[in-house]
Amino acid sequence: MDICRESDALQISDLDPFLAELLRQIPASTNPEGLPAAEQRVFSAPADMKEKQLCSEWKTYVEPELRRLFQSATETVTSDLAQLNGNEKSLRNCTLRIPLDHADAWLNALNQARLVIAAKYAFTESELNDHYHSPVGSRRDLGLFQVNFYGFLQEFILRELDNN
Amino acid sequence: MAHGDSALLILNQKAVPTTVEKPTIEQETKSEEELDLPWHVVVHNDPVNLMTYVTMVFQRVFGYPREKAERHMLEVHHKGRSILWSGLRERAELYVQQLHGYLLLATLEKVS
Repeated sequence: MDICRESDALQISDLDPFLAELLRQIPASTNPEGLPAAEQRVFSAPADMKEKQLCSEWKTYVEPELRRLFQSATETVTSDLAQLNGNEKSLRNCTLRIPLDHADAWLNALNQARLVIAAKYAFTESELNDHYHSPVGSRRDLGLFQVNFYGFLQEFILRELDNN
Repeated sequence: MAHGDSALLILNQKAVPTTVEKPTIEQETKSEEELDLPWHVVVHNDPVNLMTYVTMVFQRVFGYPREKAERHMLEVHHKGRSILWSGLRERAELYVQQLHGYLLLATLEKVS
């Protein structure tokens, strides 16, 4: 896999089918539904639960706005990922172009996905910091690999935004 | 005639007594002093969010220069939390909402 800046876009080329599939899974991975720990993390409380009125008003007025924001970011990423459609069964490497003005949406969706996966498998801090984890041997290992791969993409996007 | 607490007796020009209900004063839910108390915007440690990402968010949301944003990020990382801003509640709420939009663990805390 090669990742570089191409004028007004970030280009991920030479994407092997495995990594392309992980990218395709970003939108589905952002969904915390049915995972209470993930839901709690993505929509965390704005204050100590003793502040009942504040927390209740937050749920009513702020949370729906946050849901819309996250949904919008995920939709942008989904539309960019359409470039990979049709290559699902191919073993050929492919290329993905992310317009630079979609960078914020990508950072947000990648973060949603990382938080949801980390909550789903209850990864510990030491697991998340172990970048030399042994090869993928279970769904949990795959989850950890996904979190690290998405984090790598975030780092690249951040670096390019910084250079912009 | 005894004056009750709940009514005032007024005599008009024709000396006809008229009673006027004492106005009801709504109880304030919060004292002014309480409303004036500053609130802290606190960011808590989170093992998933990248350090570079957290620094960028602090720069964007609070307009802090990179050095200051990094200092707060490191405080969150090493001490588990950092107070990013203190002031009136309305603005503090807005900051926490923005931080949640970036998926950071942030809360409002009343300054005791």
